[in-house]
Amino acid sequence: MKKPEKKTEVEADDPRPKRAAKPARRETAESMAAQQKEIAVSEFFAKNRHLLGFDNPRKALLTCVKEAVDNSLDACEEAGILPEVWVIIEPLNGGAKVNGNGTGNGNGNKGPGTAVPGLEANGKSEPPLKGLASSHAKKEDAAPTLMEVVHPEMNQPVAPSIANATRFRVTVRDNGPGIVRTQIPNVFGRLLYGSKFHRLRMSRGQQGIGISAAGMYGLLTTGQSVEIISRTARKKPAHRFELQMDTLKNRAEIIVDVEQEAWRMLPETRSGAGEVSGFNAWRNAVEAYERSPAPEDVEHGTEVSITLEGKFQRGRASVDEYLEQTAIANPHAQIHYVAPDGLQRLFPREVTEVPASPAAIKPHPYGVELGVLIRMLKETDHKHLGGFLREEFSRVSPPVAQEICDKAGLTTMTWCTQVAREEADRLHAAIQNTKIMAPPTNCLVPIGPQQILKGLLKEIKAEFYTAETRDPAVYRGNPFQIEVGLAYGGQLPADDSARVIRFANRVPLLYQPSACAITKSVLDMNWRNYAMSQPRNGLPEGPLVVFVHMASVWVPFTSESKEAIASYDEITKEVRLAIQECGRKLNAYIRKRQRIKREGERRHIFEKYIGEVVAACGKMIRVNKEQLYKQLQAIAKLRTAKADMDVDENGKPIRREEEDEIGSADNVLVIESNAGDAEEAAAPPPTVEPVKVAKPESKAPVGKPSKQTNLFGEAYN
Amino acid sequence: MSKSKKRHAETGKKLEGLAQVVVKSAKAKRDPGIEIPTRALSNSVYDERRKIITMGGAKQLRSFFNLGQAKKFMQTILIASGCKELNEQAKTTSIRDLFYHCKHTIEGTRENTFDDQSESDPIIEDLEVAIGSLREELGLFAENKGSMVGPMTIVDDGDTIDLRRMGSGGWSVPSIVEDDVIQFRKHEAQFILLIEKAAIWKRFNEDRFWQKHRCLIIHGGGQPPRGVRRLMYRMHSELNLPVYVLTDNDPWGYYIYSVVKQGSINLAFESQRMAVPKARFVGMSSFDVERFNISKSVTIALKDEDRSRAKEIMAYPWFAAKKEWQKEIEHMLKTGVKLELEALSSKDFSFITETYLPDKMRRKQWLD
Repeated sequence: MKKPEKKTEVEADDPRPKRAAKPARRETAESMAAQQKEIAVSEFFAKNRHLLGFDNPRKALLTCVKEAVDNSLDACEEAGILPEVWVIIEPLNGGAKVNGNGTGNGNGNKGPGTAVPGLEANGKSEPPLKGLASSHAKKEDAAPTLMEVVHPEMNQPVAPSIANATRFRVTVRDNGPGIVRTQIPNVFGRLLYGSKFHRLRMSRGQQGIGISAAGMYGLLTTGQSVEIISRTARKKPAHRFELQMDTLKNRAEIIVDVEQEAWRMLPETRSGAGEVSGFNAWRNAVEAYERSPAPEDVEHGTEVSITLEGKFQRGRASVDEYLEQTAIANPHAQIHYVAPDGLQRLFPREVTEVPASPAAIKPHPYGVELGVLIRMLKETDHKHLGGFLREEFSRVSPPVAQEICDKAGLTTMTWCTQVAREEADRLHAAIQNTKIMAPPTNCLVPIGPQQILKGLLKEIKAEFYTAETRDPAVYRGNPFQIEVGLAYGGQLPADDSARVIRFANRVPLLYQPSACAITKSVLDMNWRNYAMSQPRNGLPEGPLVVFVHMASVWVPFTSESKEAIASYDEITKEVRLAIQECGRKLNAYIRKRQRIKREGERRHIFEKYIGEVVAACGKMIRVNKEQLYKQLQAIAKLRTAKADMDVDENGKPIRREEEDEIGSADNVLVIESNAGDAEEAAAPPPTVEPVKVAKPESKAPVGKPSKQTNLFGEAYN
Repeated sequence: MSKSKKRHAETGKKLEGLAQVVVKSAKAKRDPGIEIPTRALSNSVYDERRKIITMGGAKQLRSFFNLGQAKKFMQTILIASGCKELNEQAKTTSIRDLFYHCKHTIEGTRENTFDDQSESDPIIEDLEVAIGSLREELGLFAENKGSMVGPMTIVDDGDTIDLRRMGSGGWSVPSIVEDDVIQFRKHEAQFILLIEKAAIWKRFNEDRFWQKHRCLIIHGGGQPPRGVRRLMYRMHSELNLPVYVLTDNDPWGYYIYSVVKQGSINLAFESQRMAVPKARFVGMSSFDVERFNISKSVTIALKDEDRSRAKEIMAYPWFAAKKEWQKEIEHMLKTGVKLELEALSSKDFSFITETYLPDKMRRKQWLD
């Protein structure tokens, strides 16, 4: 800092430069030390909220819903309960752009958290970090979600008053096991507090940041407390908490802690207000809706309400899309959703089995980084290196531990506390050079092909579905499993690019598709092999949805906001193989469909001419037209079937047995009724127009014409 | 008249036969099909003795339940049904009229039975060969095309017409010129001159060529239609008048001559009642450029399609054996130019009628 200054002084040729220019010290080491203090994790995240997915109001709303729903599903599954989740988003302001003050519902006392400097305390309508992650989201704003494509009635424009609203209350209630009273403030009020971080186990959440961060964001932007109601059994009272996060201490400040008898009434989960008729018709068809319990009758569960600054929109990367895709990957969950504009949607349960509970595993040595290794050495209860390796890691048998130690120049009896940085370095290298059995894979619970099919079937109106679950594989010592599902045809848009929907541990990934290993794998496939058209370096084009799920104890996200999966060769390879498996079935189906279509067209050509031929014959000779028509039709049917059996369009003989297996093959579902394009919609029967009888022209005037007139009555001569 | 009545009834029966084919096949669960003699070069035989092109024995089955033929089959039956109606009502109509009669939108579709007259015309020809009845027997005629004048009186549908007094336009040659319609009366003609196009024919009429040289001048507006060819045949055979053909000097002109002389490949079945094997080609010849010292500036360079067509014509059996013709066409290919009749006007408007043709006739400078 000072050197350049010195230089300029010399160059300035001042005779006494040093004294004149020597700046007064602004700070001393001591004064600076006074400012150097611990930064609470929660304060760090408050300042860097984009790291957690709170980049802009729109994304913040989605992240809040996502964290709450993911938590609910995780809790239900861990307890072995079929999840029933209510998601209600209420606009708290609207109409003209309001700066968010005055519409709070009662408990508007501003907590200490709002005083964090440098952050807007209240709803500014412009996102603070607009440019960061919203560029691609913006591009897709207008595009409808998958469901909106299939059910156009759901693609409701958001009323301006709702679209302009800047403050929302997000309520998520589940029928999970509930949370005991003492833990509620910790779970919802502290960052990095949770059950998931300290174990290697497949679950949606991984770190225990999400819901607390959402609450913190809400507090920061609106000053409203997080409200939690939880009940652990029907006979036990519900606890109601209002919490505010103290970002400096990373602790919850309890504003309200009361027992109450019942749940609060959720607004408009059953009533008809704001419903749309088209949607109603669809919903009514779902019997499950009637069977589902009323939210106020839930015996145990947790409800969290967060008031936050946000922006509600439909379309890509919206709350709606998140819930749609969640419903696909979680067909065992039933989700009730009330959007801010009152539009209700039910994502019905299709599977009545709770997914198996995944086992927690110890880390595999291959996946451990040096820093982690050092930390583990410090924290371990084992005294000797051998015991540490055997007990803290999976797949390390005594001989393997011995080999690692030998290679590192250590012994199994080396004291863990004696392993310094240098030794740890050698140990880490030795681990990588030792052959160790792949980690156990019983810790993975894939969705399963049948469940994927059911999930796709209930949310996407296609005509062909197939799904594939690969065997578990390992990247960097972490077991993982790839699942792929394809939905094709039906009401999917035919002239669009295929939709790729990505999931990690059943959670939809809505942002950063281009950075994701899944998207890359889909792009790298040659889809022309599967009867799809594909522009160079592009997604395949056609009515196709590609579902890709990665299940793993540790999903390698590219960033903390969990938006894209990092590209490991092992992962892209598994995705590719799974898509290939599904692609082969899709290919067989499309080819079969094309053949049937050709056959239909052929018959169609004959049938439309039969009528003409019969009528013409009828004019020439006496004939029973009806009988002739039927006879010719029968021949047409016979002929087309026979002609199609022999060769396909390329003149190659068709192996029909193979194709006919498609419908009955494993993990394939064909909904014929959705495949409505083979036969052209029958034109309305020709109406017989009444024959117009030309009326004779009014007769020439009676009486003697003074002049001669011609045929047209005009005078001549 | 009883003879024509009998033929009339026969035609009706033949048309009914087609409907019977459909009904019988349907009953037997067979694919209904109509056998249609092939109208193509492959199925045309040059009869060396009679010097005409005749149709060979090759037939094609047009079946209903064949994707490529289904529509044509339907159209054939439709045309047959239309002809049957005409036959029953003892009426005649134009082929364009029949096209409209049979054209409609197929029930339940947006497709028409026929979209264009060019679809129905060949179907009519197919029907003619399939049942062996000529167009006029089916009650069909084409639009009048072609005119004639000359020192002759004829009766056309009962009206006596003096072809010497037809003004500038001439007598329009109808499509049907059978002896029940057209009868020949007094004439002083010595030959028939077929001129390729109407414009040149007008020059001949204006210059009263027919009066001076005692001939009938006739044109067919390009490739002469069946009416003109049949009329020439009748005049040639009944009045014993030789036929001379005057066309442009290009492959298409050669082929007009070829059709007049040997008959056409497409309508080979009509050759015997239309072809005039003794017809002679008086011009224009590719040697005329030198003979009449025609300026190079009015010649037209041959195009690729002209060359290939010329080679095709050279290879036709009825040209292949004729040395003079081979020389003629080879010369055209060698010089690489073609000539229109109008090229002669570069010398004088009436050069063609006053010098060119009389000169050629006098020197017998024609090709056979």
